[in-house]
Amino acid sequence: MAAAVPAARWARAAAALLLGCCGAALASGVQDQAEQFFKSGHTNNWAVLVCTSRFWFNYRHVANTLSVYRSVKRLGIPDSHIVLMLADDMACNPRNPKPATVFSHKNMELNVYGDDVEVDYRSYEVTVENFLRVLTGRIPPSTPRSKRLLSDDRSNILIYMTGHGGNGFLKFQDSEEITNVELADAFEQMWQKRRYNELLFIIDTCQGASMYERFYSPNIMALASSQVGEDSLSHQPDLGIGVHLMDRYTFYVLEFLEEIHPASQTNMNDLFQVCPKSLCVSTPGHRTDLFQRDPQNVLITDFFGSVRKVEITAETISLDPNLSAFESKPPKDELAAEPLKYAEQLPVAQIIHQKPKQKDWHPPGGFILGLWALIIMVFFKTYGIKHMKHIF
Amino acid sequence: MTPGGPAPADAAPVSHYRLFPKALGQLVSAQGVRELHLALTQGFWRTRAWGQPPLQAPAGAELWVWFQDTVADVDKAWEELSNILSGIFCASLNFIDSTNTVTPTASFKPLGLANGTDHHLLRYAVLPREIVCTENLTPWKKLLPCGSKAGLAVLLKAERLFHSSYHSQAVHIRPICRDASCLAVSWELRQTLTVVFETFPSGQGKKDWSLFKMFSRTLTEACPLASQSKIYVDISAKDKEKELLEVTPSPTSVHEAIVQGEKRTYAVYDLLSPSLFNTSRSLNVQLKWKRPQDSLELSTPVLHAQRYVSGYGLQTGKISTLIYNTHPYRAFPVILLETVPWYLRLYVHTLTIITKGKENKPSYIHYQPAQDRRRPHLLEMLIQLPANSVTKITIQFERALLKWTEYTPDPNHGFYVSPSVLSALVPSVIAMKEVDMEQSPLFTSLFPSSDGSSYFVRLYTEPLLVNLPTPDFSMPYNVICLTCTVVAVCYGSFYNLLTRTFHVEEPTRGGLAKRLANIIRKFRGVPPL
Repeated sequence: MAAAVPAARWARAAAALLLGCCGAALASGVQDQAEQFFKSGHTNNWAVLVCTSRFWFNYRHVANTLSVYRSVKRLGIPDSHIVLMLADDMACNPRNPKPATVFSHKNMELNVYGDDVEVDYRSYEVTVENFLRVLTGRIPPSTPRSKRLLSDDRSNILIYMTGHGGNGFLKFQDSEEITNVELADAFEQMWQKRRYNELLFIIDTCQGASMYERFYSPNIMALASSQVGEDSLSHQPDLGIGVHLMDRYTFYVLEFLEEIHPASQTNMNDLFQVCPKSLCVSTPGHRTDLFQRDPQNVLITDFFGSVRKVEITAETISLDPNLSAFESKPPKDELAAEPLKYAEQLPVAQIIHQKPKQKDWHPPGGFILGLWALIIMVFFKTYGIKHMKHIF
Repeated sequence: MTPGGPAPADAAPVSHYRLFPKALGQLVSAQGVRELHLALTQGFWRTRAWGQPPLQAPAGAELWVWFQDTVADVDKAWEELSNILSGIFCASLNFIDSTNTVTPTASFKPLGLANGTDHHLLRYAVLPREIVCTENLTPWKKLLPCGSKAGLAVLLKAERLFHSSYHSQAVHIRPICRDASCLAVSWELRQTLTVVFETFPSGQGKKDWSLFKMFSRTLTEACPLASQSKIYVDISAKDKEKELLEVTPSPTSVHEAIVQGEKRTYAVYDLLSPSLFNTSRSLNVQLKWKRPQDSLELSTPVLHAQRYVSGYGLQTGKISTLIYNTHPYRAFPVILLETVPWYLRLYVHTLTIITKGKENKPSYIHYQPAQDRRRPHLLEMLIQLPANSVTKITIQFERALLKWTEYTPDPNHGFYVSPSVLSALVPSVIAMKEVDMEQSPLFTSLFPSSDGSSYFVRLYTEPLLVNLPTPDFSMPYNVICLTCTVVAVCYGSFYNLLTRTFHVEEPTRGGLAKRLANIIRKFRGVPPL
């Protein structure tokens, strides 16, 4: 009996092992398919980069945003797909000893402002209202295209915010703030309107982790530079410029991103390790429970770079042979009968004798009418109706 | 600076975008624009130090537009136009609304062809707080046919251009005569960039300059699409001595013109002439002075002005404008246009114009009072300036209190009053002749002269910075805390007083210690506890 049981057990174990091997062989094929299934299904990339601080001593927040802008542009996202909001102008600030530059490293090594920057919302336009309108798409109809976030349900959006924040809020320009509840609701609106496929939210402020605590929409991954109760610290001052140039978290993120190129396979787990406590002094945090894919399978370029799906076809396509060469003939213009003249710049006589425009006469409305009606009624009530015939 | 494109007729839309940028062409045809002038400026032109400005623009952003008479709703077209331009130029032009837009009645006559000037089709707005930086220069460069890749525009790098005392970029669109007979009309797009480099702040030493020193790069070729590509260097000599300065390399030709009433000589470098790049691949124009200059003698301009605000306290103040006419014997009229925001309430009965100690009555006044939160003040006057005089115009104002949400995020910086505009036909000392458009299109478009004796000039004064009474923005929080505390304390006390009932309590027998103490007290003969 004792011998039979181990034998049976051994047989069962062997059978299990055999089955396991077969299963593994089958599973690798399935796993490939599953991986294909879980690869990101986005077709375009957008970025919304916001700096919310005003005044010269907040130079580092503008430098933070511009360094993320620079990385994102370098990895392929075009200006038309980036909404850049800078609450103050540091580059052409009268206090900047090197105009038209914003440096991120001391000794002025790296100019993140560059020569080809396009700021969509600047100065007083960076408000909580405009930010939420950009996110949710509820924008006045006259807004130009470059100021809109025209994302669809296959867009991966990167949202980066920096500034001064606290437990549950982020301060905009020293006069208003956005709370984590508002932000979570805005993201939910975006989800309901199918305005994103996946969203990566990065925030570099004090107590930044409080801003992503309230998210409840799916497909959002969030990173913050510090936990609740901790301050995010700035990196290094430059004695020539006189202010701190960058925040620590974004500085190390920028260093990390400088090594990424459009074809790199680095994944999000590396981004989570970017700034350990020894370098950052604060503890960066992240939140991935709302995200459906495993962060290991998410490439950095899914959010920071731009997807270009190229289909190569081998068949030849012939253009219409009947298409003749386009003749560039200017359309016939009407010729004036007599020569036209330029206007006189200072026609003194005409100006002096200008008659002021007669304002159109409007009948008196509302208050004046009511007042006169009251006066007339009182008069007739006091003195009797017999005076009417003297008036009319 | 290239003309191109079909006539601004209603029938045919603008469609030739070989040279003319499509963004502006579509804008012009969609909004029914006849003339558009947009200028973005950083800094102020110091007339006394730098002389007469070639083309001045007010600090900040300035936009004035003449619409076609087929436009039904001019205000709506104006609003859409400013929004579209704010997207093209990355400037906050969307802040242009009815509170800073005015309709001048005598200034800003069209600069292009016009057959009738109904001023209801004109809109003018200035945003003095606007910043100009690389993000405004980049779209301006993209409008050029060759961009910044070839031609003169390779010199325009932001790092050098913004390291200057004055930087002004402008875009002007207007209809012009296609040729000398002026029977057909073309669109003209003119992009101007005025920069003042102060490379010699100390004022000592030789004032030599070169293109490389100013722009840190040199020219290699002309733009292939350009029909003309020239550099003009002003080598006018004050005295007749020829050997005061020297330009290298030697210019292709020398051009003489009368600009703003002065005779000026220009050394011309034609980038399209093959002889220029024969010796070296790159062109670096240099100017060397033969003798050290003690001070740069600039002639005082005939017309210049300054403006300042005076007064004390945060309730009232006074705006004063000083206009100088330095011509020795000619008097001429000038139109002064002032736009004052609604929160500075002007008292027009305090308007005084004094010249040489006597009152000077303007020949034409147009005043449109402001409406709170809807319209700014508009004051337009045609003033005759006697020869060699200073005219002082003063007007008093009172500051209004804004609502809490109307303050900007940095209200202690102050609030700007846009610069006032002076338009005048200044008599020139030298007779000017009509310049042929074909020979020098630059001079005809920049310095047009209607008749030979005077030239048109438009000057701007300084913007003013005025402090409004600013509340303490932490007060709502303080008030809430204080009120809640007071209410809590008072209400709590009253509630207790009103609802608390009192009843007598039987004294307890007392504990052991008390009983023992009472026994001892009874022995002593003292009343018990």
